[in-house]
Amino acid sequence: MSTLIKDKKLIEDPFIRIGVDDAIPAKGAVLVPLTTWQDHWEKLLRRGEPVGVWLKSDEHPEIIADDLDNLQLIALEFPTFRDGRGYSYARLVRERYGFEGELRAIGDVLLEQLHYMERVGFNAFEVDSKDALADLAIADRDFSVWYQPSADDRASSAQLRTELKRNG
Amino acid sequence: MYRYDEFDHQLVQERVAQFRRQIERRMSGELNEDQFKPLRLMNGLYLQLHAYMLRVNVPYGCLSSRQMRQLAHIARKYDRGYGHFTTRQNIQYNWVKLEDTADILADLAAVEMNAMQSSGNCVRNITADHYAGRARDEIQDPRVWCELLRQYSILNPEFSYLPRKFKIAVTGAPKDRAAVALHDIGLRMFLNDAGEPGFEVIVGGGQGRTPVIGKTIREWIEPEHVISYVEAILRIYNLYGRRDNIYKARIKILVKALGIDKYRELVEAEWLQIRDGALKIAPEERARIDAYFQPPTYESLTEQGAELDELGRADPAFGAWLRSNVADHKVVGYALVNISLKAPGKIPGDLSAQKMDAVADLADEFGWGELRVNHRQNLVLPDVRQSDLYSLWQALAKLELATANIGLVSDMIACPGLDFCALADARSIPVAQDIGLHFANSDKLQHVGNLTINISGCVNACGHHHVGNIGILGVDKRGKEFFQLTLGGSSDERASLGDRVGPGLPQSEVPDAIERIVDTYLEIREGEDESFLDTYRRCGMDVFREAVYGPEGPAKRVTPTRQVA
Repeated sequence: MSTLIKDKKLIEDPFIRIGVDDAIPAKGAVLVPLTTWQDHWEKLLRRGEPVGVWLKSDEHPEIIADDLDNLQLIALEFPTFRDGRGYSYARLVRERYGFEGELRAIGDVLLEQLHYMERVGFNAFEVDSKDALADLAIADRDFSVWYQPSADDRASSAQLRTELKRNG
Repeated sequence: MYRYDEFDHQLVQERVAQFRRQIERRMSGELNEDQFKPLRLMNGLYLQLHAYMLRVNVPYGCLSSRQMRQLAHIARKYDRGYGHFTTRQNIQYNWVKLEDTADILADLAAVEMNAMQSSGNCVRNITADHYAGRARDEIQDPRVWCELLRQYSILNPEFSYLPRKFKIAVTGAPKDRAAVALHDIGLRMFLNDAGEPGFEVIVGGGQGRTPVIGKTIREWIEPEHVISYVEAILRIYNLYGRRDNIYKARIKILVKALGIDKYRELVEAEWLQIRDGALKIAPEERARIDAYFQPPTYESLTEQGAELDELGRADPAFGAWLRSNVADHKVVGYALVNISLKAPGKIPGDLSAQKMDAVADLADEFGWGELRVNHRQNLVLPDVRQSDLYSLWQALAKLELATANIGLVSDMIACPGLDFCALADARSIPVAQDIGLHFANSDKLQHVGNLTINISGCVNACGHHHVGNIGILGVDKRGKEFFQLTLGGSSDERASLGDRVGPGLPQSEVPDAIERIVDTYLEIREGEDESFLDTYRRCGMDVFREAVYGPEGPAKRVTPTRQVA
């Protein structure tokens, strides 16, 4: 049973997941595949409800980079936890395209990957777990220092070293 | 040497605690083996034929005597009293238990070592010229860049699930001792026309089933941009590298498929976006790390060439060792000393705990407690007074560590092969042992001169057979082990891949075949200065093929006659 965590809280998913062949419902927030967005974006926006797009791991978010102001959610799919493309996509979505809405990891999302996912900019996770919040708490406890700057606001060790030095 | 500060210590300890937790989750069944495998691999833990193997990073090959003693302690406490130095300048323990590994990692952390990312589809241990900071021909010590790259790559959140493993090598000298053209990324320092140091960036080199000499993706880059350029290369690879077939997943395949020009175009466009961002190396961070690599306070000495020559004449065994195992140091009166781990009949790269301790003592006595591991599975003492060479040699001889064969026929690279490895088709160690015993005569070795032999037990090429002057590849043919020879490989600044001589030979015939190749070389070389490789490049394969198979060529395959029922 998969559960959704957003901003470290368990939530009910307000978005209705629409498949490629599904009709767009009259009401309610929807999460649609890329082709649905490309074919029906005007219709989707006219509804005046929140819209999210989910991208498969071979769909580069650059395709929707110009649409991001109209979207409330980007979901990036991990078909298997070994497929690491989503980490690069996430950084691009956050750092290059400047998306500030919900960035959700979906698919094969496991505890042991949550920490990296948070660091590259995901703030929501669809996790198949008995206790997803406990999982996230474990992942958050693992590390308190990081060598790299990334898409989150955590300072890298190099930045902290420089700060330490400046403050004597 | 680099020393951990509070951040490094914290991170390594947290990593150990994390892995301890992951092992517990595996033991309790919360993680299945499929989910656990990449986690243990990224902590250096392999499952081999008979046991778990732990591969410990020796960052760019630099070790302190204190660390070497801890490696000895680990070998005694958790393994069978020895370790195995590898072509990645690392050390492997072949007989560890899963339940001990977190404790081993904690023991390593206590001496500022770790096993992070020594395996897995991530950036592996950064390797470098084993003479870094000491070589006479060096432009700049490359280790500051290696350390910056180490920190950049460790637990990198974006690049921990790459399509496949990723290896980076760095050299600061024109003479390439780090095989940079055979790495996913190779960085070669040189001075541009304005006399400024920078790196040539080579991409897509590698060995394995599909050996490729890397191509230059950028002629020259300022060192302050080297990390951002590496990130651009990694990002393009992470996004477009193949994930459907592990044999086609390395960056070399992507570069080949796109062509170097297209790959370069993608990387350059990506790099333009990030070059002046957070990865640009700040002068203070560079200076902070540079300070760790400042040379020791050398005494002002004189060159001892004449005195050493005289000692060498009086004691020819010392003379032979001096010629093959001792290299020029950038400081007058000092020398770089190679300790061969290839005594005749021994397993290349293996070292007992007792000898690790002894070597650590020598590093303290004859230097500043520093050691290096080189990619040919030997050790280096980087700062020996020339006037101490004779007494050092005597001490090494007592330990049976004074084999005078560095760069010579019996200084072979060999992978662990079918004695340990689950991937292997053939046993490479016995072949190495046979050749070592066959070429035990020091006079002949010296007469032949520089000639590298590299032995792999399967096509994955961990023994670097493609780039041995003579390469030996173990193959399995209908349940029997055969060994194919290649000639003309090289991993230096004129890197080349070996050419296959002919059908495989049974193990028993390999040493004689090598001997015939060597004798042919001695007959046809144009003077002692022409190396085996140069002779091969001048004369080509035919003369050597005939030496191996005779004038008739290899025996035709006998096709069994079909029995009519």
